[in-house]
Amino acid sequence: MGRKLLIEHVHVPGIETLEVYRSKGGYTSVEKAIKTMSPEAVVEEVKKSGLRGRGGAGFPTGLKWSFLAKPPGVARYLVCNADESEPGTFKDRYLMEKIPHALIEGMITSSYALGAHTSYIYIRGEYFYVARILEQAIDEAYAAGWLGKNILGSGYDLDLYVHIGAGAYICGEETALLESLEGKRGNPRIKPPFPAIAGLYGCPTVVNNVETIAAVVPIVNEGGCEYAKIGIGKSTGTKLISAGGHLNKPGVYEIEMSISVEEFIYSDEYCGGISGGKKLKACVPGGSSVPILPADLLLTTANGEKRMMTYESLSDGGFATGSMMGSGGFIAYNETACIVRNTWNFSRFYHHESCGQCSPCREGTGWMEKILHRLENGHGKMEDIDLLWDIQRKIEGNTICPLGDAAAWPVAAAIRHFREEFEYHVKYPEKIKDPNHFHKQSFLSSKQSVTI
Amino acid sequence: MSIKETKFNSETLALCHKLMKRYPEGKHKSALIPILHIAQAEFDGWLSSETMDYVASILKIQSIEVFEVASFYSMFNLKPIGKCMLEVCRTAPCWLNGADELVAYLEKKLGIKVGETTKDGMFTIKTVECLGSCGTSPMLQCGAKYYENLTNQKTDELLENLKRENKRQTYTAY
Repeated sequence: MGRKLLIEHVHVPGIETLEVYRSKGGYTSVEKAIKTMSPEAVVEEVKKSGLRGRGGAGFPTGLKWSFLAKPPGVARYLVCNADESEPGTFKDRYLMEKIPHALIEGMITSSYALGAHTSYIYIRGEYFYVARILEQAIDEAYAAGWLGKNILGSGYDLDLYVHIGAGAYICGEETALLESLEGKRGNPRIKPPFPAIAGLYGCPTVVNNVETIAAVVPIVNEGGCEYAKIGIGKSTGTKLISAGGHLNKPGVYEIEMSISVEEFIYSDEYCGGISGGKKLKACVPGGSSVPILPADLLLTTANGEKRMMTYESLSDGGFATGSMMGSGGFIAYNETACIVRNTWNFSRFYHHESCGQCSPCREGTGWMEKILHRLENGHGKMEDIDLLWDIQRKIEGNTICPLGDAAAWPVAAAIRHFREEFEYHVKYPEKIKDPNHFHKQSFLSSKQSVTI
Repeated sequence: MSIKETKFNSETLALCHKLMKRYPEGKHKSALIPILHIAQAEFDGWLSSETMDYVASILKIQSIEVFEVASFYSMFNLKPIGKCMLEVCRTAPCWLNGADELVAYLEKKLGIKVGETTKDGMFTIKTVECLGSCGTSPMLQCGAKYYENLTNQKTDELLENLKRENKRQTYTAY
């Protein structure tokens, strides 16, 4: 059994209450930080831990914190990104719903480290019931003196609020989130300036994912060096993985970043294998934006090494033969799944969620959706496959925010690894009329590796 | 049906002012989205231009500032909807586990298509993008609640319960 630092007590009855959470050692990181450490010392521990942002980009958290500008007399903000919307990802919801105080505690300790006196948790609107759970936890924390004025008699003041969104994937992008928090449309800002210099209300701001903030708690409690002992190389600590799709045991798992992908999928401790007694065909290991991989490349890298659940191993081989850890939204596909249909589904998602600011993304996502729709419905032409490739290439890197890349990558990877399946859709339109066309007979590619 | 005046009662208005105080002096526009949620729940589940004008007056901002936000976010309805909006997640992980079949079942059962409302004004079907319930699919959201791992039988029970309850399902948590 791997160590669990975030959700160890998830099944303890009443853990959502402050009393039970406290009885399991809750809020000790706040005590330790505020009573015995300077804010700089807390930042130092986070740096030593090697913690990387858990929202998807994997940027070192301590480094991000150290960029925060500290002009005298100007407010600084910590904003928690709880806008979890990346298809396949539901780990933050699980953490907030089951152990809300883990996030509240992390927010207090992190706010102290950054010198923020007002902090916000921006949560997606659809998670309204989770927002209610967080609000209750915050009320409890205020009543017990963990929030408000003069926390633990230290003179440190902190107000923490939940801010609810209203349905927009783009608000997971940090500058769009800040726009939304200011009561505007979620249009991403041009960077620089980065939020660390000019963020919320033009003030220096750090935006961190829910899991990142929660991970600060064990880091402060046990020390950054202890935390860094878990995992392999630059993938330190534990990671929450939300697993879905064709799996026997979908759900949220906390893993040490030292297990193999094979173990994660097939062992009974985790996903328990592919559902319905079928074979694994493909996998999106880190949320819909990351490249899809065929089963062979998922389990073994192009160099023949066992693929591990780490940032480095999942991206081994670059986009040619690798993928990314992303947000930890792990989607498994069995042999009945149609990759063209899946790609169309994702493109429809990105088209729906494009904010419309940049034309490559606004127009390109729509074109990709249309082309994929006609391919999937038997009206495609062979040149459509190259056209798709061309469009995605012209979106990638040409937009203000990474949504453009996120829309382009799944299309590119699907063509790269499953081109024969796209060609099959053009060649045999009558065979794919049934929307579940691969349910009775799966599509077997002669080679499911690099074709481009 | 009597025409309801577009105005919050004093308690709801006090709540709006409390929410506005969560943000620094002069930055109370931040409360726009939370207040729009309250307004939508209060005034029949959608945002009419009268409702948006009213929200603008509370926040002391221009009506267009409210409209540009209301029209951006998918949870704000700019047209009337049924008492219970069944929001079915259609994104890939849910699709793999039967979201299309769930939509087809609802359409058949209620005799309407996606985007339509039943004649009695009870149900609207809407398809939405990933709700973060990929491990418990297929699923739908109605008001603030998630209904997960749905089967035809569980869907039947849900529809029966909602009919029996016969009240508007809203998102608001405050």
